[in-house]
Amino acid sequence: MSVITQKSRFGAAQIILFFSIAILVILVAFPVLLIFFNAFWVNGEFNIRDVAKIILEPETYQALTNSLIIASGTTIGSTIVGTFFAWLVTRTDLPYKSFMKSMFLVPFMLPSFIGALAWKMLLSPNAGFINKFFMNNLGFEGPIFNIYSYLGIVLVEVMYLFPFVFIQVCGALERMDPTLEESARISGAGLFTITRKITIPLVMPSILSGALLIMLYSMAHFGTVAVLGIENGIFNIPTLIYQRIHQSAGSFASIRTGTVLATVLVITAALIIWLQGKILTKGHYQIIGGKSFRPMELKLRALRIPLLIFCLVYIAFTIVLPTAVIFLVGGLKTYGLAFTWENLSLDNYKFILFDYKLTKDAIWNSITLGLGAAVITMFAGVMISYVIVKMKVRGKGILEFLGMLPFSVPGSVIALGVILAWSGQFGINLYNTVWIILVAYIARYMAFSLKANSAALEQVHDSLVEAARSCGATMWQSLKYIVLPLVRPGMLAAFFLIFLPSLRELTVSIMLYSPTTRTIGVAIYTLNEDGETVISAALAGIALILIIVGQTLINRFTRKAGA
Amino acid sequence: MSHVRLVNVTKKFGDVTAVNSLNLEIGKGECFSMLGPSGCGKTTTLRMVAGFEDLSEGEIHVGERLISSPQRNYYLPPEKRNFGMVFQAFAVWPHLSVYDNVAFPLQIRKFSAAEIDKRTKDALRSTNLLSVADDSPADLSGGGKQRVALARALAINPDVMLLDEPLSSLDPHLREEMRFEIKDLQRKYGFSIIYVTHDQAEAMALSDRILVMKLGVVQQIDTPLEVYNKPANKFVFSFIGLSNFLDIVWEDGRAFARGDTTTLPEMLIPPESMRGSGALSLASRPSEIDFVSETEECGLRGIVSRKALLGEIIDYKVKIGAQEVRIQKGRRDPGPELGAACYLRFLRPFWYAGEE
Amino acid sequence: MEIIRIEGISKSYGKHQVHKDLTLSIERGECFTLLGPSGCGKTVLLRLIAGFETPDAGKIFIDNQVVADPVAGIFFSPESRGLGVVFQDYAVWPHLSVFDNVGFPLKIAKRPKNELRDRVMEMIELVGMKGLENRLPSELSGGQQQRVALARALVANSSLMLLDEPLTNLDANLREEMRFEIKELQRKLNITVLYVTHDQEVALAISDRLAIMDEFGRIRQTGNPWEIFERPADPFVFNFMGIANFVPVRRVGDAYLVGSGEQLIPWEPPRGDAPEWVAGFRPSDVQIAPTGTGLRGIVKRASFLGAMIDYLIEVDGAHLRTSIETHEAMSKGLMFKEGETCVISFRDLLWFNAESLAEVVKA
Repeated sequence: MSVITQKSRFGAAQIILFFSIAILVILVAFPVLLIFFNAFWVNGEFNIRDVAKIILEPETYQALTNSLIIASGTTIGSTIVGTFFAWLVTRTDLPYKSFMKSMFLVPFMLPSFIGALAWKMLLSPNAGFINKFFMNNLGFEGPIFNIYSYLGIVLVEVMYLFPFVFIQVCGALERMDPTLEESARISGAGLFTITRKITIPLVMPSILSGALLIMLYSMAHFGTVAVLGIENGIFNIPTLIYQRIHQSAGSFASIRTGTVLATVLVITAALIIWLQGKILTKGHYQIIGGKSFRPMELKLRALRIPLLIFCLVYIAFTIVLPTAVIFLVGGLKTYGLAFTWENLSLDNYKFILFDYKLTKDAIWNSITLGLGAAVITMFAGVMISYVIVKMKVRGKGILEFLGMLPFSVPGSVIALGVILAWSGQFGINLYNTVWIILVAYIARYMAFSLKANSAALEQVHDSLVEAARSCGATMWQSLKYIVLPLVRPGMLAAFFLIFLPSLRELTVSIMLYSPTTRTIGVAIYTLNEDGETVISAALAGIALILIIVGQTLINRFTRKAGA
Repeated sequence: MSHVRLVNVTKKFGDVTAVNSLNLEIGKGECFSMLGPSGCGKTTTLRMVAGFEDLSEGEIHVGERLISSPQRNYYLPPEKRNFGMVFQAFAVWPHLSVYDNVAFPLQIRKFSAAEIDKRTKDALRSTNLLSVADDSPADLSGGGKQRVALARALAINPDVMLLDEPLSSLDPHLREEMRFEIKDLQRKYGFSIIYVTHDQAEAMALSDRILVMKLGVVQQIDTPLEVYNKPANKFVFSFIGLSNFLDIVWEDGRAFARGDTTTLPEMLIPPESMRGSGALSLASRPSEIDFVSETEECGLRGIVSRKALLGEIIDYKVKIGAQEVRIQKGRRDPGPELGAACYLRFLRPFWYAGEE
Repeated sequence: MEIIRIEGISKSYGKHQVHKDLTLSIERGECFTLLGPSGCGKTVLLRLIAGFETPDAGKIFIDNQVVADPVAGIFFSPESRGLGVVFQDYAVWPHLSVFDNVGFPLKIAKRPKNELRDRVMEMIELVGMKGLENRLPSELSGGQQQRVALARALVANSSLMLLDEPLTNLDANLREEMRFEIKELQRKLNITVLYVTHDQEVALAISDRLAIMDEFGRIRQTGNPWEIFERPADPFVFNFMGIANFVPVRRVGDAYLVGSGEQLIPWEPPRGDAPEWVAGFRPSDVQIAPTGTGLRGIVKRASFLGAMIDYLIEVDGAHLRTSIETHEAMSKGLMFKEGETCVISFRDLLWFNAESLAEVVKA
């Protein structure tokens, strides 16, 4: 009996690799390179003095320092808040811990610029509901808090960004081997000593990595600063890029300033990502393992109820209050009226859903763009991740490098790059069409897809594929029958990870929209800028409902897949 | 003189009784092992002694000190008990150096700097870790990590050392080596050991006395040799080393192996007290069965259904009727070939009531 | 007749040379084990045969057909080699039921539905998994998953099975049981098995022949279990196959003295006139007695392990281990306490030269 039937062919691997590289080069690398090129290359020669000049212009320099100030403040604040709450729900006997834990994750869902809108309604110096309440009823002479300030911006960002640290630290604390703490206890250390000397140092890498994530996000964050800062002339890098390009309708000088600022942003982001990688690889301790016991709980004793109240107030203040304000204002006939039954109705909601073309278009645009971007990115992501994680093919190193890019390119940079690349200079003009937003979304969300898909692929151990090969399956057959079914949950996760955020996307869309290609985010923002506060709030309310429904669906789905 | 004393210690998790009314006295300097399958309550008992679990009922004393008593509402927290403890997963702190790991309990107790240094170095020397004192324990092998954990437990010179499956995460060769090291340290420092393990050979080799536990209930407390030679019941017999159980039927004044027709030889007649009490179980150890010639009267006939050289020993399976017996002989003992008929002599038969 | 022939295979990963000019052949119908310490390259060799790796040089033949020859540019992909492979981590597909896992090779081969069903059920029954065919792997124990993997490797009727440490992830009792089951299957189906492991007990128990590899990927000895265990080619093999005693012996005139003392070794002297030798023997090759003729030593350590008692004995600075069955020790009065003197003699002893031993000790 002969056991041998045929020889293998080469080539499939190279084709996949080629396509993967092509996608990343065209969508991400090329626009970013154009930004660098535009920033440093003037009249056919390399020019760094101009770059320095632009950076040192008072306005740009101020934006740079503002970005730094806001990001630092946000990072510090979020880290403290996130770590504290994480410790509270994992290591103490706080009542209703699991409920608290899920509540602390809610801000993840809330778009921070909608939060910023709500806080603007609550705390703007003259018209904010809270300020007015204090001035009218309690005899205060001026506003008790001005949200149009550095502190205001930082506080709002902290409210919506701290879950990045919270979730990382919670995870580390929950997975940590309890005997690490028990052995300290048997060594004679009390619980506070253990927390200080053992627990916190051991989860420090997780804390730092969460903090850097917030830093990265906040540096490049558009929404909150756009809503709360512009009033008082506080610009950060993304808002300044937007303002310059928007005001001058894409003049050469504004694009150049934009590219220089974008370059700074990319470099900072790359630096942060590099640092994070370093912390995660070098400083990450192996602290998981052992028999599973319940970790020790600190008995809060007399502090138990006060801390519970504190948590509840925090949740009410940061989640319930802003959300309620959005829905209530969305129901008002005119902004400024009191919240009484006769002033409230569903008319605004009906109007934006059924009558108002601008908002109807925006909702339609956002949903179709989200679906399109999610589907395309999901498939592209699974292909690219497959090459990076699983294939042994020459030239993979290039792809690994390119695969890092989407993670370090902030939204406003992508928008700018896309403008440079697809406005006709290279034969294709997508400017002012919905396609340019789609291209930008794909580039922006590629990182999410790569992350979800590589995580899923790493679960698919090589031997599963090898087993299929040894059973007689070709490479394509083992992909079809083994790999794809196994990464399907990862692909679905990628789909939702892209679809949901794209529903509320603002940073990229705001730079690329035209009158007919508004997205939900753009519509909320511009309506608000135009003084259509109640319409804008109603649309924000609709967006919140869409997001919450979507998130609930995902949760249900992932729970089912996990069970 | 007893040093650690458990009186009627009971632990319930909801409806489940993890440990049921355990009475125990462990002498000063004794090495005492708690042995049993997972879920038998041995780890829970250790954790009650350590103070990580409270008691549902009963009391624990160390020397003259009461350390746990729910009746008297007294509970000394683990950090006040002055024990050394070593965990299965090492539990060394990766953010501290080896030296700082070992010095930690001394720093907590606020010894003088000179005293801390002296004791830390002493503990490191005893565990052969002086040369890696400045390394991170994360860079050490499993054995190295466990030495750090031992040194850390030793540093305060405790009277009682609690060891929770300390060798289970190590490979077999290292496990044996570390076992001897633990024994040597005990000789040098004179602490008592309470040792939890599911590995019977480890418990036997290390302990002065062994407690065998099943589902929270004590089965036997004795020296290793006594446990091996006089197992209290069928469970203990089966848990200590390899074992065979042959179902035996007693009928009309004759004994048969179930599913076989030949009468058992005289040596294998069940003791009078057990006859007629239904099914019986003949327990034997694979190493305590000899092959004998057909002519000897004590032999029980069987067919060799498996024979494998495992190195030092040859491993046989012999079919007796529908049942099988495992036999292990030194590789030099000539034995029957695969498929051959053979005659077995049980050197030390044990009798237990069988299960219907 | 040989089914696998490996001729002068070399394989490197970067600067790390795993195999250099390795030659080996495996006979049809035998159970052949590659035994070696972890990292010795035995798994790489299996993967070369399976087609998951390509050799840098040399040829691999399966059934007298070249399946890999880099010089001639020949390389057959794994799916075209028609082998059954079983992996250490089982590699059963978590999204497929037991039935679909086992049926996969036949599905790929596009066999008719009826035939597929019958054959799959036959295999499932053969590995003792009947009644569980609709379970998902997550609902199975480790041992059951490995049975599924075995059935899957057997279903396509391939005459050659490669098993890569298939029992390592199982617990001790199951491991013991499964190794005999694998041997049974091999006998019953009359297939060739190439088994890779680092566990010498498994290797001895199931092999018709085995090859011992050292940590540099060199084959030290090939032979049947008895030859490997009783007639080791060198100290490495002797040491690898079980607990080994190595006692230094020095020649003074015509006398061979143990350790640093003046006692003569009670065994036939080695052939050769080197001044320094090493006596190698297993713990069971030592007989211990309270008095009599033989080497006088001191019991340094007595460990009661249940069925066995393990003694560490010092003879003039040399340490050796012996083990004795507990019932024998009790019936013959050989229960020594630590510090007592004893007399030992040998049942068997191998001579090694001192240099070849140094290599083992260093490694």
